[in-house]
Amino acid sequence: MTKVLVIAEHANGKLNPATAKCVTCASQIEGAEIHVAVLAADATEVAAQAAQLTGVARVLKIEHSANAEPLAAVLAPQIVAIAGEYTHLLGPSTTFGKDLMPRVAALLGVGQISDIMAVEGPYRFRRPIYAGNAIVTVEAASDRKLVGTVRTASFQATANDGHAEIVAVESTAELPTHTRFVERSAAATGRPDLQTAARVVSGGRALGSAEGFQAIYRLADKLGAAVGASRAAVDAGYVPNDLQVGQTGKIIAPELYIAVGISGAIQHLTGIKDARTIVAINKDPEAPIFEVADVGLVGDLFEILPELERQLG
Amino acid sequence: MSKILVALKRVVDANIRVRVKPDGSGVATEGVKMSINPFDEIALEEALRIKEKGAAAEVVVASVGPDDAQQQLRTGLAMGADRAIHVRADQPIEPLAVARVLLKLIEREQPKIVLLGKQAIDDDNNQTGQMLAALWNRPQATFASKVELSGDTARVSREVDTGLETIEIDLPAVITTDLRLNEPRYVKLPEIMKAKKKPLETLALDELGVDITPQFKVLNYAPPPARQKGIMVKDVAELVATLKQRGLL
Ligand SMILES: Cc1cc2nc3c(=O)[nH]c(=O)nc-3n(C[C@H](O)[C@H](O)[C@H](O)COP(=O)(O)OP(=O)(O)OC[C@H]3O[C@@H](n4cnc5c(N)ncnc54)[C@H](O)[C@@H]3O)c2cc1C
Repeated sequence: MTKVLVIAEHANGKLNPATAKCVTCASQIEGAEIHVAVLAADATEVAAQAAQLTGVARVLKIEHSANAEPLAAVLAPQIVAIAGEYTHLLGPSTTFGKDLMPRVAALLGVGQISDIMAVEGPYRFRRPIYAGNAIVTVEAASDRKLVGTVRTASFQATANDGHAEIVAVESTAELPTHTRFVERSAAATGRPDLQTAARVVSGGRALGSAEGFQAIYRLADKLGAAVGASRAAVDAGYVPNDLQVGQTGKIIAPELYIAVGISGAIQHLTGIKDARTIVAINKDPEAPIFEVADVGLVGDLFEILPELERQLG
Repeated sequence: MSKILVALKRVVDANIRVRVKPDGSGVATEGVKMSINPFDEIALEEALRIKEKGAAAEVVVASVGPDDAQQQLRTGLAMGADRAIHVRADQPIEPLAVARVLLKLIEREQPKIVLLGKQAIDDDNNQTGQMLAALWNRPQATFASKVELSGDTARVSREVDTGLETIEIDLPAVITTDLRLNEPRYVKLPEIMKAKKKPLETLALDELGVDITPQFKVLNYAPPPARQKGIMVKDVAELVATLKQRGLL
């Protein structure tokens, strides 16, 4: 019997949308019974949200004061303690899941399939390598537990009309104290979340400075869009790190992606391959971004952006 | 005084656009430029800076891979590592097996910190450091963008989806590096010459008694689906009109 445990990601009493995408991935594994584990200090609200995810049969609440912050070293042994009955354990390919799931896998003595982008069978998956320059089909043995992270840009969120049972599970694992949470910079911008926004406006090195980058924020606000950036713009300090899009930043799949003054390096492109429509604004007609753009405009962004703002009213 | 172990992987250089072989049997890597995985280079740079501040006595670089991986270890020595360990593996080796090999090296070397890149840019797995920390039963600080040591603890700022998170860990521990931790130094010619004389030890996998049997089989390599060719517009007005027409505005 195929049983999949999805590890919920959440913060401040809210389930992260990545979890609903993991559930969709899990539901593509034939015959899977899907459970979701919520590890938290107080899991009540998040468990209730997880119980509504279509396709979920059961939500496990694992409450412990040590679970107030998602520390992989603390969460992993608790997940291993309940892993027994499951054939598959999945987490999102977000920094939360990337940190946690390999620790779980190693404790279980199994490898991991990272960034699952398609399910081809219960033990056969597709995933990108080389910054998305190649897609491999990977098969695992069916007599071992399968641990994986789910490339959330490849799956739609499952619907919200489920009524899963919620079961409290006691946390009996011995928990380490060698890892302690100190603080998190909360970048509450009031703008849409980059990972789930339908529209994203991204700026690159060409914006020239943090002040220059304000033009990207203004356009984004006009469009109700989230703001993204290339690595070069982050490295140069124009914007904080959580805006980086790409191989080593966020992998996103908006309806509309507008790349402004971004050359289109392979490491950047891998983060936007699943965008429905890519618009590129760049002064260099040879820039590689135009090879993937659905709509391209050659010109100076410092002239184009104000004009665009004007025309959008 | 304490030691830092840095793991280095030999990978196709970041500037090369890798292509899938027409028969789907792999990616074409013959004759392409190979380098230290950029994240591992950052890990080594951080180790060297810690040593230069007097907080470590020795930096040891290790690589699990084919004989050619010795080139990257030599580069690591030229950057400033004191000695190198090459664990010879001719077949591709999965992250869990690499973690098991590194654990053996930890048992031998007793490092205070193990530094590795957060991911290798070939397989993009992002697993080895976390797996090593699990097997070692020690803390992990992944995606580090700042490391501050004080005695037997470290404060690490981590690049997470929501911004920056700071954790405190007891040492010994595993730290994996993100891009903005530092900028690796350039290697100068005299250092390359000096590095030739630094110790580089080679170990066979079976000497370490580690099971490296692969758990996964790669059935096929395929190029990514191509995007449809787009259009060019001549000005902002046409851009806005196009987006409106497509229902995007
Ligand atoms: C290991 C590794 C991981 C990486 N991960 C990522 C990642 O996750 N995300 C990422 O983005 N990058 C990543 N990179 C970096 C990547 O290789 C590129 O260096 C980076 O994306 C370049 O950013 P950019 O396009 O903003 O800058 P540039 O490449 O410098 O491009 C600037 C562009 O702006 C255009 N321009 C200049 N002035 C104007 C103007 N006035 N008007 C209009 N256009 C103008 C130029 O024509 C040029 O095309 C990674 C690199 C490595 C080695």
